[in-house]
Amino acid sequence: MNIRQSVGATRYLGERTPRKENARLLTGRGQFVDDVRVAGALHIAFARSQVARGRIVSIDTSAALDLPGVQAVYTQADFADVPVHFLNYFFTPILAPVTLLADGRVACVGEAVAMVIAESRAIAEDGAALVEIVIEEETPLVTLADAKRGPPVHPGFDDNIAAEMGDEDSILALKDMLKGAAHVVSQRIAHQRIAQSPMENRACLAIPDGAGEMTIHLGCQSPHLAARVLAMSLGMEPAQLRVIAKDVGGGFGLKNIPWREEIATVVAARKFGRPLKWIEDRFEALTASSHAREQDITLTAGFDAEGHLLGAYAEYDSNNGAWPMGEDANIAVHMFMWPAYKLKAYGFVTRGWYTNTMGLGGYRGPWAMESLIREVLLEKAAKQIGIDVIEIRRRNLVTAADQPFTSTLGITVDDITTDACLEKLVAHLDLPKFRKEQAEARKQGRYLGIGFAAYIEPTGSAGSMQPMTGETAQVRIEPTGKVVATLSTHSQGHGTATTMAQVIADRLGVKYEDVAIYEGDSALGAFSPGAGGSRQAVIAGGACWTAAENLADKVRTVAAHVSNASVEAVSIVDGMVHIDGAPEMSRSLREIAEIAYGEPHRLPPGMASGLESQFRYQPPPMTMTSAAHACVVEVNPDTGFVKILRWCSAEDCGTVINPGIVEGQIAGGLAQAIGQVLLEDMPYDAKGNPLAATFKDYLMPAISDVPDFEYLHANTPSQTTGGMRGVGEGGAIVGPPTLVNAIADALAPFGTLGETITLPLTPTRVLGVIEGRDLGGHGETAAAVVEEAPAPVAAAPVAAARIDGSYAMTMKTPMGDQAMTGHFRTDGSALSGELESPEGSQGFTGSVEGNRLKFDLKVEKPMKITLKYDLVVEGDSISGKVKMGMFGSSKISGTRV
Amino acid sequence: MSETISRATVAMTVNGRRHSAEADARTGLGEFLREALGYTGTHLACEHGVCGACTVMVDGVAMRSCLMLAVQADGCEVTTIEGLAAPDGTLHPVQQALHEQFGLQCGFCTPGVAITLAAVTRDNPAATVEDMEKAMSGHICRCTGYQGIRRAIRQLAGEVPGPHGGEHA
Ligand code: FES
Ligand code: FES
Repeated sequence: MNIRQSVGATRYLGERTPRKENARLLTGRGQFVDDVRVAGALHIAFARSQVARGRIVSIDTSAALDLPGVQAVYTQADFADVPVHFLNYFFTPILAPVTLLADGRVACVGEAVAMVIAESRAIAEDGAALVEIVIEEETPLVTLADAKRGPPVHPGFDDNIAAEMGDEDSILALKDMLKGAAHVVSQRIAHQRIAQSPMENRACLAIPDGAGEMTIHLGCQSPHLAARVLAMSLGMEPAQLRVIAKDVGGGFGLKNIPWREEIATVVAARKFGRPLKWIEDRFEALTASSHAREQDITLTAGFDAEGHLLGAYAEYDSNNGAWPMGEDANIAVHMFMWPAYKLKAYGFVTRGWYTNTMGLGGYRGPWAMESLIREVLLEKAAKQIGIDVIEIRRRNLVTAADQPFTSTLGITVDDITTDACLEKLVAHLDLPKFRKEQAEARKQGRYLGIGFAAYIEPTGSAGSMQPMTGETAQVRIEPTGKVVATLSTHSQGHGTATTMAQVIADRLGVKYEDVAIYEGDSALGAFSPGAGGSRQAVIAGGACWTAAENLADKVRTVAAHVSNASVEAVSIVDGMVHIDGAPEMSRSLREIAEIAYGEPHRLPPGMASGLESQFRYQPPPMTMTSAAHACVVEVNPDTGFVKILRWCSAEDCGTVINPGIVEGQIAGGLAQAIGQVLLEDMPYDAKGNPLAATFKDYLMPAISDVPDFEYLHANTPSQTTGGMRGVGEGGAIVGPPTLVNAIADALAPFGTLGETITLPLTPTRVLGVIEGRDLGGHGETAAAVVEEAPAPVAAAPVAAARIDGSYAMTMKTPMGDQAMTGHFRTDGSALSGELESPEGSQGFTGSVEGNRLKFDLKVEKPMKITLKYDLVVEGDSISGKVKMGMFGSSKISGTRV
Repeated sequence: MSETISRATVAMTVNGRRHSAEADARTGLGEFLREALGYTGTHLACEHGVCGACTVMVDGVAMRSCLMLAVQADGCEVTTIEGLAAPDGTLHPVQQALHEQFGLQCGFCTPGVAITLAAVTRDNPAATVEDMEKAMSGHICRCTGYQGIRRAIRQLAGEVPGPHGGEHA
């Protein structure tokens, strides 16, 4: 890192610089979607299904249309001529047959069935209430257990498996391996469903500007990503859409990509030819916005006698709901469970399941279950093995000496400091003193507990998945000497205008006040996915860093040229350009800018006029942040209430641009973690009704639920330009295990939290542990899981099936459909043949049983893997699956050629 | 339904300026301030009285504008977030404290938080941290984890000096 500033310059990196965004947000001058006024805009309200599953018999819109002020009522039939390709965050198609409005069937309560367009939102809502929807009800599948045994949520699908990865064999192998282990510890966690609940609900204002053109004000996490996804979904050119999102009241993953209602608003505005505004209300936000987190995991780990990890295996299920914003088996849970620990072997099966509930969406640290289950299991194991909870981590964490270290699933870490963060935390806390207090308190009938958790957070991902790219910074010094940067960052509270201005001011040598940041508009800057994956400080920070330094170089070159000095002698400090040893030759940046813009003949020969710099930064593929947290709780044994007494975070997010903003990110995530562990719950009843319809039912953490957080910053620079590491999701990832462990520690005199920990740990559930019996409590229905394996795809025994021949086949993969041709020859029970694909042709041998073909193919690319085909021929059609090791299985179908 | 809803002319003073506009009898005060009068600084985040984002002062009392009808505020003096700073732009001490202590992130809850704290400190200039935290317990903020808001409260109560007066370990 080349620090070019002279001594005496105002440094902004690392300062608690007050936020630029505050001036408007504190004075009521923010511009959230609903604040934007457009002449002639009409308002949208949706009539939604109150039935979880069934066939739509009729939709009667006449009463709604008769209401004065209602201008139109649309159903899916009205959009039938508009092809919409729903995409997930990774630009791959949604597999479920999702449409803008319900198409013939409903698959969850809250699904939009009709759209009412009216002169005011109130009239639109009145109109929506007048739409008569008749549905022939079917029994809904609500829980994961329901999904495993019930008829497919989506007609025509084989089962309710939305996504699947991993391999049962890998679990069997691990079970075998751990047979002789000194200690084998298991833990199951049933995680409740979360409503992301940003304070500003979803919102969209679509303004048809002219033929094929649209300006869209959208509650989103990146205008560029939203514009790109909208354009791809609607078959438009990105330039036909301009997405503006000046202020957005929280995103947290919910607003990753535009979803059904937002896209429907855009489509309807084109169709109706007037600006249309949809502002979601809180009832809709809670019950009909995508949800998150409902999942169930069982992790088993084996240890040697000293507590060293030997191996582990996990079974994981995620409730994807009916219309997930991307079918998801949450492979990231397994990928990020162990890279910070010296685990030798791991096996898993992971699945996402369709149910008749609201679909799965993103939420801060979507893979957070890895830390929750691992850290809870480790403390349970420590107690079982009889070693200290810190000691078990010391024996297993990857240290500096172990790095680079590659996990069993291929994640390499080479600069993590989890162990150092933990030591820092332990040193700060005085654990022996706490243990003494805890023992004293117990004698008085008071139950204190301390919990720890350590983790790494993968941040700043770029270059390995479609939307996760680098960032462009365009920085210029205006003729006035003031600095303007156009960026593709986006803040839903992140304060990117602040942090990016700090980086630019610091690297350029100007005053923070003199840097203006433009962001939040897809028409400005280059493509970036904005907020998502804790990436902006890392990547946009690096882009601003280099763009500003390059611009400083140009200023220095110009100043040297006009002053007849050497470039090395020029420095820029607080907007003044100085020449070493010639204080009388100091000029303001404005003077240099006036030359660069107005008197280009005075520039060095060949130099472009103006003072502009553009740089696109491509960081390393991933940057790891490390942290360890601890919290202290007191559990009231009479009421089951948990009071958090203390919370301490030791995190290493590299170069800290602004500690106030870093701490704000950690704190926000921790408050959400506290909500998840103690309060928040979106339960469904057996009929598929979401039960938390207001903030009186859905308990959000209040100021009284959240203690003061203490922060210990370690600042090990990362390998990125500037050395930043991301910090956006960590609190929400590490918070839950920290708190669960503290509660478990407090309740230790009464026993463990049990084989299954069901979240949230409500007072009723805590009393259940204290009293040693199940006291029930809401949310139990959704959490109860009956293990039942999905029925295997059975091949009908058909005598002397006609198999030999060639088949044109299509394999469905997350990356889209792949075509291939299969040639099969049978000889009794022996099978041979070739598979032809664009990559080439490969021969195989296998077996035949009736009309069922089984064969294996070994491939080398993209990695060594054995593909296990299992196909059934019926007449001229062929169908079945191919298992692709840990990548799960794909469906195959085709016909004889 | 709409055709039978009675309308009324509602007059009120907002941030010292006189306004009057037509409103349905059912129109909430928050909606009226935003839609009819253009004071979009007041945010509606739950519309059922729990989150506090919509808080405004009506005749000096902090009220949830989603739970009050516009017609109920006829003839009243209303202060919204737009009217909290001095006419010359000097921030109200509550705004200043929130600014200095990182008391906001997305800013959606902020107008209500600021109005409530302004009402508490105006009614009782000696309001303690406890008084203010109690008032804050009726506000939901999804972003900040309340840390910056709590520091702002401490600053207002004189318990910590201005910015950077940290309890940071
Ligand atoms: S909008 Fe009024 S309290 Fe939430
Ligand atoms: S700052 Fe976003 S909700 Fe409070």
